[in-house]
Amino acid sequence: MSQDLHLQTLTQLAVGLGNGTFSSVDITEALLDRIESHNGALNAFITVTAEQALADAQRADAARASGNAGPLNGLPIVHKDIFCTRDVLTTCASRMLENFVSPYDATVVRRMAEAGAVMLGKSNMDEFAMGSSNETSYFGPVMNPWNLECSPGGSSGGSAAAVAARLTPAATGTDTGGSIRQPAALTGTVGLKPTYGRVSRYGMIAFASSLDQAGVITRSTTDAAMLLGVMAGFDERDSTSINQPVPDYVAGLDKSLKGLRVGIVRQHFDAGLDENCGVAVKEALALLEAQGAILTEVDLPNLELSVPTYYVVAPAECSSNLSRFDGVRFGHRAKDAEDLFDLYCRSRGEGFGAEVKRRIMTGTYVLSAGYYDAYYLKAQQVRQLIADDFRKAFADVDVIAGSTAPTPAFKLGAKTDDPITMYLSDIYTIGANLAGLPGISVPCGLVDGLPVGLHLVGAHFGEETLLNCAHQYEQATDWNDACPEGYQ
Amino acid sequence: MSLDKNQVQHIATLARLRLAEGESAETVEKLSRIVDFVDQLSQAATDDVVPMAHPFNETQRLRADEVTETDDRDHFQENAPAVSDGLYLVPKVIE
Repeated sequence: MSQDLHLQTLTQLAVGLGNGTFSSVDITEALLDRIESHNGALNAFITVTAEQALADAQRADAARASGNAGPLNGLPIVHKDIFCTRDVLTTCASRMLENFVSPYDATVVRRMAEAGAVMLGKSNMDEFAMGSSNETSYFGPVMNPWNLECSPGGSSGGSAAAVAARLTPAATGTDTGGSIRQPAALTGTVGLKPTYGRVSRYGMIAFASSLDQAGVITRSTTDAAMLLGVMAGFDERDSTSINQPVPDYVAGLDKSLKGLRVGIVRQHFDAGLDENCGVAVKEALALLEAQGAILTEVDLPNLELSVPTYYVVAPAECSSNLSRFDGVRFGHRAKDAEDLFDLYCRSRGEGFGAEVKRRIMTGTYVLSAGYYDAYYLKAQQVRQLIADDFRKAFADVDVIAGSTAPTPAFKLGAKTDDPITMYLSDIYTIGANLAGLPGISVPCGLVDGLPVGLHLVGAHFGEETLLNCAHQYEQATDWNDACPEGYQ
Repeated sequence: MSLDKNQVQHIATLARLRLAEGESAETVEKLSRIVDFVDQLSQAATDDVVPMAHPFNETQRLRADEVTETDDRDHFQENAPAVSDGLYLVPKVIE
């Protein structure tokens, strides 16, 4: 029995825990063993919290025995290393925070812990979540379990690789331009990015505050729904948190797709999309249609400007957010600085990697005197146009469907020379961030042995519709069960 | 190239970043490519479009200006590179 605990979803593990087939300690030990054997090849973790996990698992088992089991009692979780975890190293995959031990918990971390979840460790990522391949991490790239020469995508690449390799059934991620959905697509996992403001950003190290949103990577939509129910909700400590009731997402998963209006964006099937990915996604759309969905074409005329808009707005916000790293209160501090100005410049010059520095400088440039109107203000206006396109589209459709990424997983190093090529990896996902919409990627096929993701975007707070559509699709296929060779 | 070495050096100074000798040429080249790429925004017709700063065009929520946190200075300062008697230390700023 204990041999296949790693193959079970959170929902299956919850059943086993509930009827006493196994304990949280059994699960935790089994997964810590898996991490021990496989992490060397994958580099999916920055920190493994084995001792704390076993103690938490024992506490969860005791709580269950005394009738105090929370909704996630005894279930394993891995947190992306962008989430602050009290008294545990929180690096954001940067030299800047190499030794940062967080003095507090992020709201997402606290809510999961209060629900009884057991944290196994902190996952690798692109430095400060800036990247689409996990290659900007100070701790080295993450390898894709489907092919170790390939990238798992990014920035939540460690979370995605760990879930795909069956080292954990679930992991948190963050998504600023596609950082949950793109790695989920490239690793054959489910990746959910909720509506902006749905989940608290408190304690989630900020990259671009008007775009960042926390979510999860799992192996089933039901698991994503279960976790969202715990993570979502108003938080006094996040000034952009939205005060809206949290529905029972799992209970909303059994609706028929009959009459569901699915929008297709024509430009998303043009020359930019890998032909074989296109075939897989079209098959998925045909299946939705067979389940009763009505496919209609929608027009998002300004969407082609979403990547350049993003690469003004996100760096601008990043340059402001990352100004807090000054080498004084926390983080890396350069030795032998001549004066305070030199201390700032050297500490930041040494502490940040090349991509992070480029984004800070791009942001500084677009916000600087003489360029603000031409770049930043202009980008905010185009952002409004893109959001308007979506508003109009969602008057006629319930979800918009397409491919999550333009290609399956690419080779490590293939896109590191040209920042623009890398930025275009998120061409289908960035629009949802600019408009604050929820999105999900679910596995929908394999191309040359590498996974492809079906991308669904919903209206604001349309997570129930989105999750139900993804779940119904999942019920009719078995792509979620596809497991990379050697990780069964 | 849309940016030259002096411009990039100026941006780096504004951003309080010291670029190592070997980093400079690559930074000029890649930043120029990024600036060229985002320049396509200039084609968009945006007259009278209200700039969007928040996904729901919402305004920031306010709260009463009251102390809600307890003093946890010692714990926070465990992460500081240099402290003394509860103060953060920096290089001398006043002669």
